[in-house]
Order: sequence, then C-alpha cells, then structure tokens
Amino acid sequence: MRRVDAVFWGVLAAVFLAGLALTEVMANEYYFNAMYVILQATIMAVAWNILGGFTGYVNFGSAGFFALGAYTSIVLDKALGLPLPFLILGAALMCGLMGLGVGYLTLRLKGVYFAIATLAMAIVLETFVNNWSYVGGARGVYLLTPEKHLWFKSYIQMLFVAMLGLALGCIAISRYLNASRLGRGLAAIRDDEVAAECAGVPTLRLKLVSTTLMGAMMGVAGAPYPFFVTFVDPLSAFNLFVAVNSIAMPMIGGTAHWLGPVIGALLVGTAQEIITVNVSSELNVLLVGVMLVVFITLAPQGIVGLAQKYWKRRRG
Amino acid sequence: MDLFSNAIVAGILLGAFYAAVAVGLAITFGQLDIVNIAHPAFVIVGSYCTWIVNSRLGLDPVLAGVLLTPFFFVAGAAIYRIYYAAFERTGQESLSGLAFFFGVMFIIEVVLILVYGVDYRLVTAGYIGDTIEIGYVGIPYRMLVPCLVATALTLGVWLYLSRTFMGRAILAVAQDRLALQLMGADPVRIKQFAFGLAIATTAIAGALLIIIGPVEPSVGRVYIGRAFAIVVLGGMGSIPGMIVAALILGVVETLVGTFMGPSWAPAVAFGVLLLTLAIRPSGLFGRQ
Repeated sequence: MRRVDAVFWGVLAAVFLAGLALTEVMANEYYFNAMYVILQATIMAVAWNILGGFTGYVNFGSAGFFALGAYTSIVLDKALGLPLPFLILGAALMCGLMGLGVGYLTLRLKGVYFAIATLAMAIVLETFVNNWSYVGGARGVYLLTPEKHLWFKSYIQMLFVAMLGLALGCIAISRYLNASRLGRGLAAIRDDEVAAECAGVPTLRLKLVSTTLMGAMMGVAGAPYPFFVTFVDPLSAFNLFVAVNSIAMPMIGGTAHWLGPVIGALLVGTAQEIITVNVSSELNVLLVGVMLVVFITLAPQGIVGLAQKYWKRRRG
Repeated sequence: MDLFSNAIVAGILLGAFYAAVAVGLAITFGQLDIVNIAHPAFVIVGSYCTWIVNSRLGLDPVLAGVLLTPFFFVAGAAIYRIYYAAFERTGQESLSGLAFFFGVMFIIEVVLILVYGVDYRLVTAGYIGDTIEIGYVGIPYRMLVPCLVATALTLGVWLYLSRTFMGRAILAVAQDRLALQLMGADPVRIKQFAFGLAIATTAIAGALLIIIGPVEPSVGRVYIGRAFAIVVLGGMGSIPGMIVAALILGVVETLVGTFMGPSWAPAVAFGVLLLTLAIRPSGLFGRQ
C-alpha cells in the first residue's frame, strides 16, 4: 500500500471512529441533525462531481434522483417493511437504473441535451409522485420513527452514523475513480470527447458507468431522508435547493479533484447551518446562488484550484 | 364534443402564447448555442415588472410589457457581456456556462420570493374576465389578447430575422462564425445584440403570462420544460418549426388537462421533450 493510500484510509477510519465517539459523549440532538444535513449534502456533491467534474456533463436533476431515492425507500418500507440497509440498497439500484436510462437516451447527443433531460426527468417524476396516492400524492406522507435504534441513544444518532459511513464510502469510491484507469478515461472525455473517442476510449460506456454511479449515490443520499424528516411531500423532496446545492458545492470546492466537492460541501454546508440558525433560511438560499455564480465566473477551478495555484507559485 | 372543441380552441390560444415564451429561447439556444436555462426566469421578471407598472401607474399590461422591452434589451446585452468574458472566450461554456445560467435562474427566483413573497400577483385591465361565445366554444379575452399579441411578436421576430440586415447577420453568426469574422463583422457584437433581443421578448411574454393568470416566483420552472421542448421539437432555431411545436404542445397539454386532470399537465412538456430527444433529436423542422 502506498503511503498516501495509508494516510487516506487512516483519516477515513479516524473520522468514522470520531463520529462513533461523538454519539457517546454528545447529547444535544441538534448537532446530529445538522451534521446529518451536511453529510447528505456531501454525498450529493461527491455524486454530482463524478459526472460533472470528472466527465464534464451537467446534471440539473439531482433533486429528482434524491427524491426518487427517498420515495423508493418509502415504497419499500410501506410495502415490504424492509430494514434500512435494504432500503438504501433498493434506492441505489433504482436511481442507478434511472441514471443509466437517462444517460442511454441522451448521452449520444450533445452534452446540453443531457442537462435538459435531467431537468425534465425531475419534473416528470415529480408529476408522477404528485398523482400517486399510495405514497401520499401532493399531500405528502408521514412516517413513524422506528422504535429500535441498535445500541445508540436515539434514532437520529444511528442515522447520523449510517450517513457518515455512507459518505465516507462515497468519498473513497470517488477518490479511487479519480486516480483509476476509468477516471483517466473520464477526464479524457471531459477535455476532448472526439479526441478520446479517436484514441480508443469507449466513451459511451464510460459515460454510462459514471451516470449510473452518480444516480446510485444520489439514491443512497435520499434513502434515509424519509426517516430523518418523518414527513415527505413532493415539494420538499424535489426541492430545487437540493439541485442547486449539489452543483454549487463541487463548483465552489473545485471539480477536477476528488477532494473538491468534499471541501465545498463541508464549507458551504457548515456555513448554511450557521446562517439558517442565526440569520434566516431565505438569505441562506440566496447566498448559495450568489456564491455559485461568483465562483464560476471568477474562480472556475474552485478552492482546490486556487490552493494548487498558490502552492505552485510558492514552490517557484 | 363540447369539451373536446373547447379544449382544442383553448389549446391553440395557449400554444400561440407558448410561442411567445419560446421565441427568445429559439434565438439564444437555437441560433446562438447559448443554453439560457434562465430564460423562463426572465419571463417571470417581465411579469413582475408588468405587475408593478400596472398596479402603480395603471397602465395596460400589454403596453407595460412593450415599454419594458428596452430595459430588458440592455439587461440581456449586459448579461451576454459577462457570459462572453467569463465562459465563451475561454471555451468553458459547456459546463460552467450552463451552471452560470442555472445560478442566475435560482437567484432571480429567490430574490423575487425575498422581496415580494410567494403570494400570487395579478394585473387588472378592462378586458380581463370577459368571454366571447362562438357556438358552444367560449373564448375568454384573457386568452385571446395574449394569443394575438404573441402571434404579432413571433411573426415580428421571424420577419426581422429573415428580412432585415441585422436579422440575417444573426442567422449568419449561427451558421458560420468564422466566415462572418472574415467578412469584417464582429460576431460578439452581433451575438450581444441577438441576446438582448431575446431577453427583450421575455418582457412581452411576461406581460402576457400575467394577463392569462396570476403569477408567483416558482411558476417559471414549469416553463423551462415548455420552452425547451418547443425549441427542440421545432428543430433548434427554426421559427416556423417553433410555432408549430408550440401549437402542438398547447393543444396536447390542454387535452391532457381536460381529460386526465390538470395535475398531469406539467409532465406533458417534459414528456414531449424526452421523447423528442430519444426519437428525433433534430426536431420536426431541423436539419439532420
């Protein structure tokens, strides 16, 4: 194992253990709520970046994938009463298939069509859910928080630890992808798709792999959401804010590197929690939009890009 | 039969209005290759400006929309300047440019909510509320007036693009940018003018939207699908194709709304869009 790898896995294990330790020492549930929201945003940002940052295709329909994950887990819970890990698996499968389908339909065309198709997918899904009374339709659906929560003190603590594990898993996958042969193929597509095709990169197949992976990860982020909020309606699940966040966070952090979306999500997510509590949630929403536009116009490489530039200059 | 013929007529009226919403996008997305996903958000801004002018000064909403066009033109030209400097010049438009307009759309919506709240706003004019009856088909004026104004707007833009010097220059920049440059014309200036023109049409489209019904900030989202579906189905930048596509969408949407329930209507546009992309991405009138 290379030293960098050892450090990476060490940090990952340390973060997970620290999360477990927190559930023992910290009693205030608010902090677990806040951290859950930030971790959820981290998974969404990492997932978006697999397609947006590594491959260069924009997904506007993140909220659609997220909500599909949430509603898949509602249906599986209602119909079969499966435990949480199976709900997450089911949501990953469903959203992965959705990613594959949308990708298969539009990725042979120009990238723009894929972006618009993802937006279309989100609205078509929302209309279906609005008209499907089994999952509550437009009125929404209430869920009971399950009684059992393993050895944790409360259900939210268990959800937090589950989300932490999932987020770390997604980060590991994204890091592996970034450095692997597959990731280099994706980067070739991003930089010049025609050249990549001519050089023998199986572009369509690689693009489909990355949309499927992106969809599955977003489904994973959405699956525990119904149990976190206990009330889900189409308006909150398909919220445009989810889509904006999952674009803004990688763009602010930096899209080319696997660390970019993680940094972006942690920074922006923490700032959002602080602003929502201390100022107002409307201002928080506006701030993300403004930061997104400012960053992509003035610093398109994001924070990671700025840092890399700074280090290069210092080394001479 | 009664219901059916009423739905067809209402669909045609609605379709003509959709053409006015999409005509600006046909210029930016179809001709200039700028994926202005914020286009419907500008239409909503047009509606709100019309509402302000109408409620403060008591001007007729259509007149208000027309008076607003110069301001929208300037705003559009300025936005294109930013877009060009930040993305087009550096070749970043495919990823960052898209995200830029997405961000602009989001900011417009949130600012409108922050300033005016999520209440529905409406305009007043003498003709809103009246209906003319022809046989068993009823035509409300709040649909007829937008239909007529929208038709005038769409045909005006079409004539402008195909008959005038500047219009042909816009078509030329879409076809071959380099050749235009070799002729001594500045493609950036032409594109800036065209983008301004496209945003100017949203002022009128916004005025028509708020005549048809009350408007709140998030209404724009449904129009993203409608506008893009119309432009793609119409064959990317072909104005006659776009008019046909708008009428088709208006009629299909009204039929679905009448016979399946209005809550299904938003899915129609996006369904049409997905189908077009999957089956015939070059659209009805597109060049293959």
